[in-house]
Amino acid sequence: MTNAPTPSLAAAKQESGGALGFYGVWLLAAIALVVLPLIFSSGGSLTSFSLIGIAIIFALSYNILLGQTGLLSFGHAVQYGLGGFLAVHVMNAVASHNWPIPLPVIPLVGGIGGMAFALLVGWVMTKRAGTVFAMISLGIGELVASSSLILRSVFGGESGITTDRTSLMPLFGWTFGPQIQVYYLIAFWVLVSAIAMYALTRTPLGRICNAVRDNPERVEFIGYDPHVVRYLAYMFAGFFAGIAGGLTAINFEIANSAYLGAMQSGFVLFSTFIGGTAYFFGPILGAILVTYLQLGLTNVTSVWQLYFGVIFIGIVMFAPGGIAGILMKHRPLIRAGTLGTVIPSYLVAAIPTLAFALGIILAIETVARFSGGDPINLLGIPFVATAPTTWAAAAVLVVGGFLIARITWRRVAEAWDRAATVARDRGYLA
Amino acid sequence: MTAAIQVNAVEKSFGNVQIIRDLNLSVAKGERHAIIGPNGAGKSTTFNLISGHIKPTSGEIRLNGEVTSGLRPFEINRRGLSRSFQVTNVFARMTVWENVRCAVLWATGHRYAFWKNTDSLPEVKQRTAQILDDIHLSHRRDVPAGLLTYAEQRELEIGITIAGGASVIMLDEPTAGMSHAETERAVALIRRLTEGRTLVIVEHDMSVVFGLADRISVLVYGHIIASGTPEEIRGNPKVKEAYLGEEVD
Ligand SMILES: Nc1ncnc2c1ncn2[C@@H]1O[C@H](COP(=O)(O)OP(=O)(O)OP(=O)(O)O)[C@@H](O)[C@H]1O
Ligand SMILES: [Mg+2]
Repeated sequence: MTNAPTPSLAAAKQESGGALGFYGVWLLAAIALVVLPLIFSSGGSLTSFSLIGIAIIFALSYNILLGQTGLLSFGHAVQYGLGGFLAVHVMNAVASHNWPIPLPVIPLVGGIGGMAFALLVGWVMTKRAGTVFAMISLGIGELVASSSLILRSVFGGESGITTDRTSLMPLFGWTFGPQIQVYYLIAFWVLVSAIAMYALTRTPLGRICNAVRDNPERVEFIGYDPHVVRYLAYMFAGFFAGIAGGLTAINFEIANSAYLGAMQSGFVLFSTFIGGTAYFFGPILGAILVTYLQLGLTNVTSVWQLYFGVIFIGIVMFAPGGIAGILMKHRPLIRAGTLGTVIPSYLVAAIPTLAFALGIILAIETVARFSGGDPINLLGIPFVATAPTTWAAAAVLVVGGFLIARITWRRVAEAWDRAATVARDRGYLA
Repeated sequence: MTAAIQVNAVEKSFGNVQIIRDLNLSVAKGERHAIIGPNGAGKSTTFNLISGHIKPTSGEIRLNGEVTSGLRPFEINRRGLSRSFQVTNVFARMTVWENVRCAVLWATGHRYAFWKNTDSLPEVKQRTAQILDDIHLSHRRDVPAGLLTYAEQRELEIGITIAGGASVIMLDEPTAGMSHAETERAVALIRRLTEGRTLVIVEHDMSVVFGLADRISVLVYGHIIASGTPEEIRGNPKVKEAYLGEEVD
């Protein structure tokens, strides 16, 4: 070995700086999970929180593949669904044999189910990344989803397999009948899974996953087999997806073939991408937003999927880093103290952008309700889908909003450049 | 003593184009060996063959006496050979620190560990900091590798290559595209970092080659036409005719 001067310790010092903030974040998350249902205690919000929690685990597990390892899967719901089915079967077995296994352990069973399947098919699947992996994942997804309808004894056909979560032994007097108890069970697993998945990104395996994502060829020349790395990542992703599936089975007391299907796989891809794959917390934001939108939009419009499509295209085109990417882009400006110079231009741009968005909504709803349906109600203003005035309003909003928005966003970009230059001068931006 | 690298009668064809013809090369342990030759002679292909990036059509390659032709690159790397690339080949979205640290992980025995926190592995941290210091990139440690300047990326390329502590280091045109001052700095760096190791280097700059190498091999059309000390190569009429021409007096 060489005998060069002692290594710079400044580097080592920086490493441990964030420890306090690190534990602080998880503590805050735990407190938030505990008090949330105390603030919003209606049955509806409890159900929503439960679904959001599950979606968070599911999206984080998907990001082990997409964001961490660079694997685009179109069939992630397979592990989720199989975890759900295994959980239901085990719950029924536990109940009928009166085994002393409490409900909170069941999600782990789901995780094992998801991981076992990944263990089985993963080695072949992860041989190649890129298009090959994407296509195989799609194929496996279709394969499992269609066989779930054929193998009735295992998957229960169209109707699925039901279970009763209260039939397991109670834990400290909790039967898990009431939704609030299920919520806390989910919240517990959200916290544990999120911490575990975050910790995973900090391990040697997690670091090498990033290296495989960036440059699998070079990884081979620093001692690692990218195939093994992808396989391990795939198993971990399967494990946590299975936990999410197990929680879903507990939440709905049923597992059916929809859990495994392309819709579910698309949903998790969608949430993860919208949230942002480059940062650990991105999928959390995405899961919250998308689940919330899904629950909210289904009540106000029949074409909610169309809106998802529009949002997705918008994110892909204008903010490929997702919500997390947008937020993190502002960090150097905040640190350099120049964010204030950008905000006015944002506020100006918001007005025509909002007008444009309202125009799009009006146009979509006009088409959707043209041949019948409730009258359109936008910001308290009623519109009639068949009236030419409505079409004109939509056209004016879309075209005018777009043209003006384009100018104002150019202003934003200019303000940004100025702020970024200052931030760069102050050393907060590379 | 067994040679660090022994290449015996290796041939390589892409389709029906033969790029490497009856290649024989021996690099002793601890030697600094330069491979020179005109563009397209097959120098990088030779690197690819020895490092396992591509497999020879026929022939045999040995690393420290053990046959390695047919092994995958990571298997050869684990046996103590590390190479750099002519075209910078780093982990673009990861920081400089992460780039080097990843290259340290296997060698320090942490492999695919998913139960350890990378930040709290003292020997990994120390070695990474040491390498960053060596390649003069400590002040750029938190910058994504893709945002480095060209010369910095070339230094990082060397850093990743040596980070694992391999006993045989192969550098493919490490100074290509560098200014004169940068080249001098890089050569000093290479000299220091490969002290006590075996070095194989491809280099076009003749002053670098003759200043650094213990032995030189001249590759022309996929075949080594001469191998010897700098003096022998300088005086070799075949080499003069085929390659060096007026460049060396
Ligand atoms: N994978 C490949 N498929 C087909 N031809 C290849 C391949 N790799 C290299 N070659 C060809 O082999 C020849 C030798 O290429 P190589 O890169 O080894 O040359 P080199 O000596 O490193 O040249 P330079 O000094 O320009 O780097 C070239 O003609 C190149 O086009
Ligand atoms: Mg070359």
